[in-house]
Amino acid sequence: MTATTRDAVNQAVSTPWVSAVLTSPQARSFGTYVFSFFTLFLLWHIMATYIFPSVLFSPPLAVFKKAVELTASGVLLTDIAVSMKRILLGFAIGSALGFPIGLLMGNVRFFRRLFEPYTEFFRFIPAIALLTLAVIWFGIGETSKVFLIVYATIFIVVLNTMAGVISVPGNKIRAAQCLGATRTQIFFLVSLPATVPFILTGMRIAMGNAFMTMVSAEMLGANAGIGQMMWTARLYMQVDDLFVGLLVLGLLGFATDRVFRFLISRFADKYAPAL
Amino acid sequence: MSSAPLVAFRDVEKSYFPTGKPRFIAVENFTLDVADGEFFCLLGPSGCGKTTVLNMLAGFEAPTSGTIEMDGVAITAPSRDRGVVFQGDDSLYGWLTARENVEFGPRLSGVSAGERREIATRYLELVGMRAQSEKRPHELSGGMKQRTQIARVLANEPKMLLMDEPFAALDAQTRRVLQQELVKIWQATRKSVLFITHDIDEAIILGTRIGVMTAGPAARLKEVIVVDESVGHDRRHPSFMEFFKIIHALIEEEVNKTLLREQDTQSSSVGGTQA
Repeated sequence: MTATTRDAVNQAVSTPWVSAVLTSPQARSFGTYVFSFFTLFLLWHIMATYIFPSVLFSPPLAVFKKAVELTASGVLLTDIAVSMKRILLGFAIGSALGFPIGLLMGNVRFFRRLFEPYTEFFRFIPAIALLTLAVIWFGIGETSKVFLIVYATIFIVVLNTMAGVISVPGNKIRAAQCLGATRTQIFFLVSLPATVPFILTGMRIAMGNAFMTMVSAEMLGANAGIGQMMWTARLYMQVDDLFVGLLVLGLLGFATDRVFRFLISRFADKYAPAL
Repeated sequence: MSSAPLVAFRDVEKSYFPTGKPRFIAVENFTLDVADGEFFCLLGPSGCGKTTVLNMLAGFEAPTSGTIEMDGVAITAPSRDRGVVFQGDDSLYGWLTARENVEFGPRLSGVSAGERREIATRYLELVGMRAQSEKRPHELSGGMKQRTQIARVLANEPKMLLMDEPFAALDAQTRRVLQQELVKIWQATRKSVLFITHDIDEAIILGTRIGVMTAGPAARLKEVIVVDESVGHDRRHPSFMEFFKIIHALIEEEVNKTLLREQDTQSSSVGGTQA
């Protein structure tokens, strides 16, 4: 670096807005992410090229090349769109059902006793175990996939919401009582806002389950989707395509969680300051 | 007392019935009148059932026998007539700012937004919280949180304040400051207070009357001491120490009783006879 360029850099960094951008927490966490992903790909490259060189273990560059090909032909984007539509629909229905059931179970002991056997019974039956049955009932189309994702989402949201309602500190409710709150007011103005962080945590965990269920369901019977793409790749020994599938799943999950966290910090920050 | 008391405890007993264990009498033969405008401190060794008395007056717990009346009406449930300031800060609503916490009571009873704001401003100023009013509880110090609690209760204009060791968790310096300010607030509002404490010094500084309780279980009111208003509120007053000595002797008697009883149980468990 020559003296002049060093001066130029120093000058740029000492300019308030440049240094603010470079040292802002967002920039730093973004930088860490880039570094983290870069390291992952580097390790992958070393493993696939030098340690286990094999046609069955694609190096990252070959996978990227394949991904570009699949994107250009439009196949990959169609699969992503199909899979994401299933996930979001199933996740939305599952959360919308799980949330009121969880609130009801947390608030009313009668409903907790009534529904607890069901949640305790079904939560140990994985969605994949219901796959065959779902296909027999709903056919190979969208309904069976969405059904399974709803199933995978609902119990996690129910249990987290219920746990949230139960763990509202007693003093928060007592304080409202002696300020003159009715039962309805306590529910909407105290229990519900105090439970929001639990509901959001439940939804984030449920999103992970929705991904797993989606891939399994698509592998066992679907016309499109990332799982179906990977299953087809397996049949023809297209190892690169399999790796593209894995890469896409990881990136989609990561992106979905980021969006979710952004929405929380944008709209529900005050309910969950610790997230 | 010439006029009818604001609050009347008559022969109140509170017992708990744990399953598989003998019943536990927390408080018995508790009789007390509190007049309107009085600052009554309930003082006693730890575990003597002071909080049980407060919880029954608040309406959080029902007495096993005996009656508690306010203005001649039996207490059956919590009411906005009796505002409670809790020891811990978990009664504040973390998703609301200090101001919104103070507005909570008026909001429940449908007071308009503008009027609510006015009320909150007035009481936040009274407790010295004007500069901190837009912060949320997790951004406030322990002392500030207790100030917010006091403002929240006052803003709801109860007939009486119930305070359950509100300063016990604060550092000595903050506690002294808040004690002085509470005296000022009480002198300005002349609101009746039932104040629970185990700190003799605090009781003399704050109270117009001090009720000393016997050691639990089966605790009762041992003695009631009237503090002359010129003596109370001032640690430097020549008679302050006199009150301290008298009350200290009463408490010590109770603490010693507990110690003796514990020694007895220990010796009886190795074959001695129970006293």
